[in-house]
Parts: sequence; C-alpha cells; structure tokens
Amino acid sequence: MSDPAGDARALDVDGLDRLIAALSERGFAPHGPIVRDGSIVWGPLRGVADLPAGWTLEQDAGRCQLVRRGDGALFGWAVGPDSPKRLFLPPSLQLFTARRDDEGGFALDPPAPAPGPIALIGARPCEIAAIAVQDRVLLGSEHTDAHYRARRDEAFIVAAHCGEPGGTCFCVSADTGPSARSGFDLALTELHGDGEHTFVIEVATERGAAVLEAVPHRAATGDEIARAAAVVTGAASRMGRELETDGLRELLYGCREHPRWDEIAARCLGCANCTMVCPTCFCTSVSDLTDITGATAWRERSWDSCFTMDFSYIHGGSVRPSVGARYRHWITHKLASWHDQFDESGCVGCGRCITWCPVAIDITAEVVGLRSDGSPPPRTRTAGFRV
Amino acid sequence: MTAVDSMRPAIATVRAVRRETADVVTIRLDHGDRSDAFEPGQFHMLYAFGAGEVPISVSGRPARGGGVEHTIRAVGATTRALCRLRRGGTVGVRGPFGTAWPVEEARGRDVVLVAGGIGLAPLRPVIQRIIAERELYGRVTVLYGARTPDDILFEADLARWRGRFDLQVGVTVDHADASWRGHVGVVTTLLTDVDLDPDACLAILCGPEVMMRFTAAELEARGIPRREIWVSLERNMHCGVGLCGHCQMGPELVCRRGPVYRLDHVGRLLGVREV
Repeated sequence: MSDPAGDARALDVDGLDRLIAALSERGFAPHGPIVRDGSIVWGPLRGVADLPAGWTLEQDAGRCQLVRRGDGALFGWAVGPDSPKRLFLPPSLQLFTARRDDEGGFALDPPAPAPGPIALIGARPCEIAAIAVQDRVLLGSEHTDAHYRARRDEAFIVAAHCGEPGGTCFCVSADTGPSARSGFDLALTELHGDGEHTFVIEVATERGAAVLEAVPHRAATGDEIARAAAVVTGAASRMGRELETDGLRELLYGCREHPRWDEIAARCLGCANCTMVCPTCFCTSVSDLTDITGATAWRERSWDSCFTMDFSYIHGGSVRPSVGARYRHWITHKLASWHDQFDESGCVGCGRCITWCPVAIDITAEVVGLRSDGSPPPRTRTAGFRV
Repeated sequence: MTAVDSMRPAIATVRAVRRETADVVTIRLDHGDRSDAFEPGQFHMLYAFGAGEVPISVSGRPARGGGVEHTIRAVGATTRALCRLRRGGTVGVRGPFGTAWPVEEARGRDVVLVAGGIGLAPLRPVIQRIIAERELYGRVTVLYGARTPDDILFEADLARWRGRFDLQVGVTVDHADASWRGHVGVVTTLLTDVDLDPDACLAILCGPEVMMRFTAAELEARGIPRREIWVSLERNMHCGVGLCGHCQMGPELVCRRGPVYRLDHVGRLLGVREV
C-alpha cells in the first residue's frame, strides 16, 4: 500500500483514456462499467468514451433507475446489477469435453488454453472486497478452482473510490468502503465540477506504477488530495442503509425458529435474483450434456442458487423444501456461517440484493426484524417498491 | 492451464460388475496407481459419460486383484447409467474426497457398526479393515437393517462375517416376506440384544439421517457419549471439494469437513428442520 498523501498522482480524462490504452497494449483486456440494457453493467472497455459519463443509478429496495446526472462524471453512481464476479467466475463455463473412442470408452480433450488477463477499470471498493472474499472461497483451500485462478491470477485492478453511494449501499457497516484499502494496483478518486475533471491516483503495486509511467500524469496537489479524501468522507456520511453487525453471527444461529422466517417466506418468490447479483455468492452447478449422436459429451458449470428446490436435492427430496428455510440458509450463510467457513463475513454491503429483489426484501431490515422478538417489523425501508 | 483442475475426472476401467439386488450393483474400478489410495468412509465423484456425476462412497477393496469397489443404487439418471456399466466399460473418477471413519481411534475399543440400507456400503471398508487387523480391536458388532429380504446387500460377505467367532452380526428387515425367518423391525431393535460397554465402545453409523438420529439416541440412552458416535451425512454435491456450495449444512461444507462426522460436532444440526 502506498501512502496516498505522499505520492498521489493526478490524471485528466485523456490520461485515463491513455491508461486504458496502455493496459490494452500490455496484453490486458480492459473491462469496466458501461451503459447497456438500461443499466450500468461490466463490459469490455475500448476507452473512456465507453464509460457511463453523466449517468447515475437511483436505487432503493426493489428499484433501480438509470438517470442523467446533469454533469459529465464518469463514476457518479454506485454499483449496477452485475459485478466483476462474472469475469472471474463466468455465469456459464464449459469445464471439459469428452469423446467416445473406438473401443467404447471415452477420453477427455486437452484443457482449453487459459484466457488472457483482464484489467478492471473502476472496480468499486465493495467489489474489490468481494473479489477478496471469493479468492478465499475458491483459492484459499486445498482444492482450488483452476478456472477461477486462470482468470484471476494476473488481473490488473484499477479501483474507483466511491463518491456517490446508492440508496441501498451499506459498505460502511460492512467495513469495505467507500474507499478501497487493498486488492488493487491503482486507485482513482474522481474530482469534477467547475470545469475541473481530474482523477487523483494512488499507486499500490510496482506494476501499477510501471503502467502509470507509460501515461502522461503529474503529482497531485495537496488541495486535490484533500478534496479526494473529502469525496470519500462525504460518501461515507450518505450511506443508503446500515447494518448492525455486532453479534450478528450469534443472533442468526440463535433464531432458527424465529417467526420472522415465515413472514419472509410469505413475501420471498424464491427467484434467486439476490444470489445472482451478489458479488460473493459462489455456488455453481455442473450439468453433463451430450450432442445428439451421444458421441461427444461436455460438462458445463453455471451459477446456481440456494433459493432453488433442486439445489439441495438428494434422493428422497430437497433438504430445504420451504422458501423460508432457503432464505434462512442464505442470510445465515452470508452473515454467520461464512465466518465459520472463511473467517469473515460473506456480505460486503453493496446493497445489490436489496435493489434487485422484485419484492423489496431488505437484508438490513430483515436483520432488524430478527433482532426483535417476533412482533411486526418496521417496514419503512421497503417503501421504494412501487406497484 | 497450469494448475491442477480438480473438476477433470481421471478415466477408470470397470474390471468387474456384481449385482447385489434388483436395483443395487457393485462395480470394481481400476484407475491405475491411485485406485486404492482411499480411506474407509471417503467417496469418489463418479462420472457416467454424458449422463452425469454423483458422489459414491468407496464400498471396499476387492477380495482378489487391485482396484476399488463402489456400490450404487439406481435411483436417478446418473446412478442408473452407472448401474448399467459392463465389465471393460469406462467411467470418470475424481477423488477420493472427504473425511474417513475413525479406524485408528477405534483400535483397542469395542466397535459397534450400525447400517441402514445402502449405508452398509460405506461401512464395508471399515469391516474389511477391522477383519484384516482383528487383534487390534475389542468386541466388534455389525448391525444391519434392510427394507426387505430382497434388499439385503453383500450377502456373501454377511455370511462370511456371521461365520466368524470374533464378530457379532445382526440383520433385520423392515418388512418380511413369507421366506424370511430372521429378525423383523427397524435396526434400532437389534441394539437391545447387544451388550454394550459404554466406557469401551465406539459407534459408527451409516444410513438414512432419521435412522442415524434414532440409533444415536438409543446409544446415548445406553450411556455412550456423543463424542464416541460417528455418522456419515448425505448431501447434494457437485464438486466434492468445497467449491460449489451445494452440500452445506449450517456452517458445514459436508464434502470437505465430512461426510464422516463425530456426532458432537454436528448433532445439534441434525435436529434442525431444513438446515
């Protein structure tokens, strides 16, 4: 980690464009936030022109709206529905191909070559925290996920500290933002307004410094550094949500029979949206498939969700047939058993599960409800859902 | 890709196929040097070409020749495909994965093994190991419950085990037919005839979760502490190595921290609805 006050640099918009080009020249495939499908999603980035200039996302429980900001800020929004998760743990991936041989047996084709390295431009602090969480899950034990590793190992990360939290953000509670502390090569803070458009850059790694050297830049002024710090402090004071994390693990382990679960089950559709948008949810399923002749077979791995009936199916039935038990499993895993498995929380406070829940179930409100004795919960946080 | 891909199966040849019952088959697999690198209680992920992959516990070593045996009940598309395999056929193998039965801890102790249904298969390698080093154990009791006389697995083994003076073997069926002259009732009813020394005994249970719960309760009532009771849990598994999330039971990733557990480590979870 560098000392941001000591050797912070400054780039203008053209400099950021050149930084993306420099990464591209070095063999990285730059990816960043782009406007697509009425939202802001992660996609391939050719340059600054692809970034969502002047756009923001208004978010509340069950609601996300892409709207104009009225200025030209490139990072004036929090997080969209997807995260860099899809780049390292693809939603669907072929794991191997097998072919019948002449003797009636079969053999596996050689593994596909590893994909080239990715550069993330503008990863949010909560997203970087989520990458670290997935690293521990998929790379941190004896058996690692070779496909995740192949995508993750060389990835170059340019963080974008947050200046504009969304209505469902609670990274301050999760202690993951609004500024990133580690897990990046370079980090930027956007300063814009009054004709100014500057990115204050922190250099965290040697290769980050090397890439930056290839790009025209200057030292950041003391005033710029101070204003960059104020951007983050301001964001921290405008969180859309909060989550009291004290004693959360014990709370969830202690309330397995709480009446709240039935109340949630009455609303939850079991649609799995929360798990699809969650940047730490790592569950996958494999399907073994064949072509129509039966001569070639392949294994496909896809994201799966603990909200489906099939997820826990064993001969005789599903382990968690009720929706309430599935929600209980999900939230207990995120906030309690993740600590037992991986020594940390599985929630980074990005708020996606709240925004993208079609019936506006709010993880922060559910915790408040579970902390109560079972009397009707406060519903103020779900007011954003419009019929 | 340089890293070892734990999702790529090795190719194994089916050396022998033995039909146990109408819907259960034992296959002997040979995948070279790694064939017998397993501990009793561990499982392999077996892949039937194009059909699917399932976790199957090792059911023992063959009496003669190398390789490893798996005993499979045909209950779904993949297990049906595995049960259709013929000698000389090919199957994908990943593993062995998971934790093992406490064979070494059992040395010097009385051992009670209680199996229900297909649960006898994961216990068979323990019984084989105990017989191979019989002098290291105290009294050894094997209790086995099957649904009907036609569902009794490993009949030849059971006959051999019953013929030994150093094993006590009890077999019961839930539902008898006219030909059955043996014990009728759930497997816990066999326990009443067994002389248990709670201070010397280690119990190993494998079968449906409800069967293990009732058996454990009976053993606890007879004075055997939870820490001396071991169970093997079944959960949905796609990866076998703690990466896919399917097998979770509370904080447990059953494929990695299980499937074999000491009861005091998971006993509380066994009583929780839909955990």
